[in-house]
Amino acid sequence: MIQTEKQQHPSGDNRFKLLDRAITKHQARGDALIEVLHVAQGIFGFLENDLLIYVAHALKLPLSKVYGVATFYHFFNLKPNGEHTFVLCMGTACYVKGAERIQSALEEHHQCKFGQTTKDNKVSFITARCVGSCGLAPVAVLDNAVVGKLTPDESIKKVEQLKNTLREVVS
Amino acid sequence: MTLEDLQELSEKEQLRQAEKKHRILYCSAAGCASCGSDKIGAVLKAKIKEHGLEKECEVVGTGCLGLCGEGPLVKLQSDQTLYQNVDVQAAEQIIESHIVKNLPVTAKKVDTTQPFFISQTKIVLENCGEINSESIDEYIGVRGYEALAKVVNEMQPAEVIEEIRKSGLRGRGGAGYSTGLKWGIVSKAHGEQKYVVCNADEGDPGAFMDRSVLEGDPHRVLEGMAIAGYAVGATQGYVYCRAEYPLAIERLKLAIKLAEKMGMLGNRILESQFNFRIDIRIGAGAFVCGEETALLQSIEGKRGNPKPRPPYPSEKGLWGMPTLINNVETFANIAPIIRNGSEWFAGIGTEKSKGTKVFALAGNIRNTGLIEVPMGIPLRKIIFDIGGGTPEGTEFKAAQTGGPSGGCIPKDHLDLPVDYESLSKVGSIMGSGGMIVMDSTSKMVDVAKFFMQFCMDESCGKCIPCRVGTRHIYGLLDKISKKKATQDDMVLLQELCTMVKETSLCGLGQSAPNPVLSTLRFFRNEYEELLQPVEIYQGEPGVVADFEK
Repeated sequence: MIQTEKQQHPSGDNRFKLLDRAITKHQARGDALIEVLHVAQGIFGFLENDLLIYVAHALKLPLSKVYGVATFYHFFNLKPNGEHTFVLCMGTACYVKGAERIQSALEEHHQCKFGQTTKDNKVSFITARCVGSCGLAPVAVLDNAVVGKLTPDESIKKVEQLKNTLREVVS
Repeated sequence: MTLEDLQELSEKEQLRQAEKKHRILYCSAAGCASCGSDKIGAVLKAKIKEHGLEKECEVVGTGCLGLCGEGPLVKLQSDQTLYQNVDVQAAEQIIESHIVKNLPVTAKKVDTTQPFFISQTKIVLENCGEINSESIDEYIGVRGYEALAKVVNEMQPAEVIEEIRKSGLRGRGGAGYSTGLKWGIVSKAHGEQKYVVCNADEGDPGAFMDRSVLEGDPHRVLEGMAIAGYAVGATQGYVYCRAEYPLAIERLKLAIKLAEKMGMLGNRILESQFNFRIDIRIGAGAFVCGEETALLQSIEGKRGNPKPRPPYPSEKGLWGMPTLINNVETFANIAPIIRNGSEWFAGIGTEKSKGTKVFALAGNIRNTGLIEVPMGIPLRKIIFDIGGGTPEGTEFKAAQTGGPSGGCIPKDHLDLPVDYESLSKVGSIMGSGGMIVMDSTSKMVDVAKFFMQFCMDESCGKCIPCRVGTRHIYGLLDKISKKKATQDDMVLLQELCTMVKETSLCGLGQSAPNPVLSTLRFFRNEYEELLQPVEIYQGEPGVVADFEK
């Protein structure tokens, strides 16, 4: 049977209780794997190996399958992000309007490629396929806030501002 | 609830709205929300309260108002005035001047007599930007769920399918398969359980039609799905939505909850014997999951790897059961067809492509946003009348439809009617409806490279032609764009494209070479300008000989 809420995770981490609740809601069915991983990433921020083992165990799935799914989909992170995230949209509309220039300007300014986090662990630069705000191209998402009609200079300024703000704690 | 109750409710809602002197609508869809339309909505509400006008006026957050490039947008439903780029100051002015003194704020007013507004025909988007998408009452007020009530109480499943078939509706996901025929196959397939799946995995970069429909009018999609469920004999539906669309997911969840509460979904729908439930499945960012067999794998909680067809999902789909898969826009067309009759729908559009198509217009064009036009409208009209042409000082070069699976349409073909057949004749596809306009600043080799990189990254890796082929096509394009290639590479490029197109397992690989092939067809000179003369490689004659056959 599925693990009940009575058993606490050995680490004493209460966040596992939240995860257990989601697993129970889906009756620990194997086909709810993607939903459960969404919840797990929402709670923990990224999918650590231990977490994947835990999910595999709870849903009675081979670990290879859980790992296979977690690595197949772009939405799942197996590594933690930096303090802030700068997601640059690379959809067609943004591309046509010069998202590539923004990318190279930021990469040069911060000496950090997209897909990586700056050395001080402040900002992770990520590219997205399309955030669906094509009317505002080129678009970037800075810590969940969408910013449109960007220019290379402006984006460098925005990242500096971002670095100096404290990230709101996501409840 | 019966049909009479529903009509009564609808009249009550219409009356409630008619009593208001002003309905002030602000766009709360993703585009405007990212320019801060929530704040504008709050300011409008506060100002109304300040002037004590709560009884006569209401402020409503709606779906997309269309002109996404000029957001945030505010519209007065009473006299159809539209305001663009509304900031806090302008929002205050709208209330103080337009509402209180009846003096429109001219500085922010949009000319709604321009072609962008009058050249459109709205069926799918008729409620988008007119009603509060979070209220089921407002949807019922515009005759929502009437079609479902009619279907479950008065029509036989076969009659519903026949009605859809006669309307000539074709799948709006891109391939254009007849919706009525597909429904017929699923209804005849044997299986103890059948499923209806709505494909809302809009992965095509540069397209946001499905998102706008889900955010602006979610009930219409649910109604279409329930009608489909009744017609094919399914009792369970799934909406597979991208995780990148949190607002759409939120509104869908709310819509399902409200519809269940009102008895439009769940058991014994509208006091008939028909039961139908809808659940949401959230994708996790894989373009290939827009392909139907991959999508079904993903709903089952697996990696989104496509399967060979046949068997088609309509016979063996979700958990091996007959499954009907249609796109968001297709489902959004169902209710109006039932309500107004198939002849009405078949009267719009061309001989083979009926109805309207929603396009997301973006790129180097003046009016970016969401438009809905009748099928068969010339491309020129979309780009130059509705879109307003390219920005000053630049010249139109090509329009790209169908995203990474489509192609570019050059200037010479501007008078092409936009329908399924004409677009495929010039090597593009209708696609889901993204239309990106490129001007003289866009380099076509780079555009082809951009799309190929996309397909290379998104290839699931199951079949070799797509996994390896896209990588090598990308490599060749990179070589060409860096001016290191020769005519031989062009021959190789062409061969590889044909091979990948003909031998890949699923739609992703089969259509991945399209952007390259279409740019090669219309803009070959741009490739050739970048080539090195073959003489440089005289030291290696074998290379040339190999590919000359």
